[in-house]
Amino acid sequence: MKNVQKQKRANKSLPFFFRDEFKVSFVIIFISVALLITTFTFDIVPPILNRGIQPATFPKALLVLIIVMTLLIYYLATKNPWKVQKKLPKSFFLTLLSFFIFVVISKTLDFFLAISALSIFVSYYWGEKRIFYLLLVGIIFPVIVFVFFETILGLRFPPGIITNIYYS
Amino acid sequence: MDNLLLMMAPLFSSKLLLVLFFGTLFGLILGVLPGLGPTTGGALILPFTMTLDPLSAIVLLTSIYCAGTYGGAITAVLINTPGTPAAAATCLDGYPLAQKGEAGRALGMATVSSTVGGIFSVIILVFFAPILAQLAYEFGQPEYFALAIFGLTMLASIGEGSPIKNLIAGAFGILISTVGKDFMTSIDRFTFGINELTEGIGFIPVVVGLFAMSEMLTQSTLLDQVFKRIALKAVKLPSALDYKKTWVTILRSSGIGSFIGVLPAEGGTVASLIGYSEAKRWSKNPEEFGKGSVEGIAGAEAANNAATGGAMVPTLALGIPGSATTAVILTGLIIHGVRPGPDLFREQPDFLYGIFGAMLIANILFFIFGFFGAKIFARITLVPNKLLWPMIFAVSVCGTYSLSQSMLDVWIMLLFGVIGFFMRRYGFSVVPVIIGLILGELVEGTLRQSLVIFEGNWLQFLTRPIAVTFFILSFIALIFPLLRKKRSNE
Repeated sequence: MKNVQKQKRANKSLPFFFRDEFKVSFVIIFISVALLITTFTFDIVPPILNRGIQPATFPKALLVLIIVMTLLIYYLATKNPWKVQKKLPKSFFLTLLSFFIFVVISKTLDFFLAISALSIFVSYYWGEKRIFYLLLVGIIFPVIVFVFFETILGLRFPPGIITNIYYS
Repeated sequence: MDNLLLMMAPLFSSKLLLVLFFGTLFGLILGVLPGLGPTTGGALILPFTMTLDPLSAIVLLTSIYCAGTYGGAITAVLINTPGTPAAAATCLDGYPLAQKGEAGRALGMATVSSTVGGIFSVIILVFFAPILAQLAYEFGQPEYFALAIFGLTMLASIGEGSPIKNLIAGAFGILISTVGKDFMTSIDRFTFGINELTEGIGFIPVVVGLFAMSEMLTQSTLLDQVFKRIALKAVKLPSALDYKKTWVTILRSSGIGSFIGVLPAEGGTVASLIGYSEAKRWSKNPEEFGKGSVEGIAGAEAANNAATGGAMVPTLALGIPGSATTAVILTGLIIHGVRPGPDLFREQPDFLYGIFGAMLIANILFFIFGFFGAKIFARITLVPNKLLWPMIFAVSVCGTYSLSQSMLDVWIMLLFGVIGFFMRRYGFSVVPVIIGLILGELVEGTLRQSLVIFEGNWLQFLTRPIAVTFFILSFIALIFPLLRKKRSNE
C-alpha cells in the first residue's frame, strides 16, 4: 500500500506531459480523433436507401464517447494520479522485435521459417542456451504443429521456400 | 423425463465421452498454467473444432471452460499465483493454508467446492435457461438493443479495475465490430483500402492477440520471476469438521456465482470476489480469513465454478455472452451454424440438453482428475516460460491463420497482442474488448432496426416496458461501481 502511494507521489512530481495518464489519454484521443476524421470520408447513403441512421453515425457516436470518457479519466487522474510503471526491460523489446522479425520473414521468405526463427530467438533471449531445447521449440515443435494442421485440418500454408519444398 | 434422458446422452456416446475426457484434461492444463486459461485455450482450440460435429465441438469448449476454471485453484494454492483470474481470491487463503503444510487439505476443499458449485450451476442452467428463452420470445429489436446495452454497462463493474476504463475498452470492442462492410448498406467502414478488411475483423485474431500474445509480452517482462512451489503429497477430502464449517458457505457461494454468472458480461472473477467477501462477512471466524481459512477457499471456488453454468444461461438463451469464455463458446456455436436464442430450445433440445449433460459430467470428471492428479498437474507449472511461450506462439499463429487462411489475421493478432499488453499495463481490462466485439453487431443492428420500426423517433423506446426495464438496470449498473467506491472510501 505504502509502495503504491510512493509510486503515485513519484508520478505527481513529473511534468504533466511525462505522466502516464497524460501519455495514455493523449494516444487514445489522438487515434480517436484520426478515426473520427476518417468517418467523414464514409459514403453517405441517399435518403431513399437509408434505413435508420447513416453508416457513419454509429462509429462517430462511439468515438465521441471514447474521447469524452478518456477526458474524464484524465481529469480524475489529475486528482488521483496513476502509479508509475516500472521501466520495460530489454527482454520485452527483444520479444517485440521478434514479432517484427516474424512479420518480415513470413512476408519475404517463409511462414514456417518465421515461426522457427521467432521461437529460437525468443527462447534464446529468455535464457534457454541448450541446443536440444532450442531445436525442440524452434524445429521439432513447429514441424509437429505444421503437420498436424496440414493433415488433420487440411490447411494449406502460404507459399514460401520451405512450404514449397514440402508441397512439391 | 425426456430432457433428463437427453442430458444423459453424452454418457452413452463413446465419442462424446472421449471429447469430454480430453476437454477436461486440456482445460485443467490450461487452468494450471498462469497466463493461459479457458478463454485463451478455447480460442486456440476453436479451429480444431471444425473437424468435429457441432455438439462435440461445443462439448469440448464447455468442458475446457469448466475444468479450466477449477484448474486455476491448483496454482493459486501451490504457488500463490492464480492460474486464471477467477482464482485470484483463492490465493488469499489457499496459499497460507498450504504454507502451514496443509496443501492437500486446501486443494481438497477447492476441489469439492468447485465441483459442488459447478453442479449447482448446471442445475440452474437446466431450469433457468428455458425460462429465459421463453421470455426472449417477447423480445423485439428494441428489447434486444436495451439488453445489449445492459450487457455493456455491466462491463463497468467487471473486476477491480476502473469502471470508466472498462467502458472505454468495451466501446473500443464495439468500434472494432464496425470495421468492414456495413451490414445494412454495404458501405465500407475503416477498411483503409484493404480488401480483406471488408469482411470485418475476426473474433479469433482479436482474442488470441489480446489474451495469448499480450500475455507473452507480459511474461517477457517477468523473466526473473521465480515461483516457489509448495510440495503436495496428496489431495485430501475435507474432514467432517470442514464440511460442517463450510457447507453453508459453499451453498451460498454457489447461489451467488450462478446469479453473477447469469448477468451479461460478468463472470467467474467477479463471482469469486463476491463469494469470498460474502463468506468472510457471514463467517463466525472472519479473523481467520487471509491466514488459511477453509471457508475462504470454499467461498471463492464454489462461486467461480458456479459462474460457469450461470454464464451459459444468457449465452444459450439470448446469444449474449455471460463471460469472456462464453464469448468464445458463442463464436464456436456461430461457426458451427448454431444460432443461440429461444428457437434453439424449441428446435434442438437434444443439442442443448447434450451440452447441459456434458457440463455436468465435466464437473464430475475434473473432480476425479483434480483429486487424483493435482500433483501431476502442479508439475506442469515447472515447464519453463522460455520453452512454453514460443510453443504457444506457434500454435497461436497457425490457429489464427487456419480459420480463414489469411495472413492479415496473423498481423491483426500480433497488433492486438501489443495493444493488449499496453492496455493491461495501464489498467484497462481486455475482457470488455471481447464482450464489446461480440455485442457490437447486435447493438448497432438492433439500434438501427429499432429506429426503422420507430421511424427515427428515439422516444419510442420509452413505450416498450421491457426495454425501459433494461435501461433502468443499465443506469443502476453504471452508478453501482461509483456507489461501491464511495462506500469503501467511507
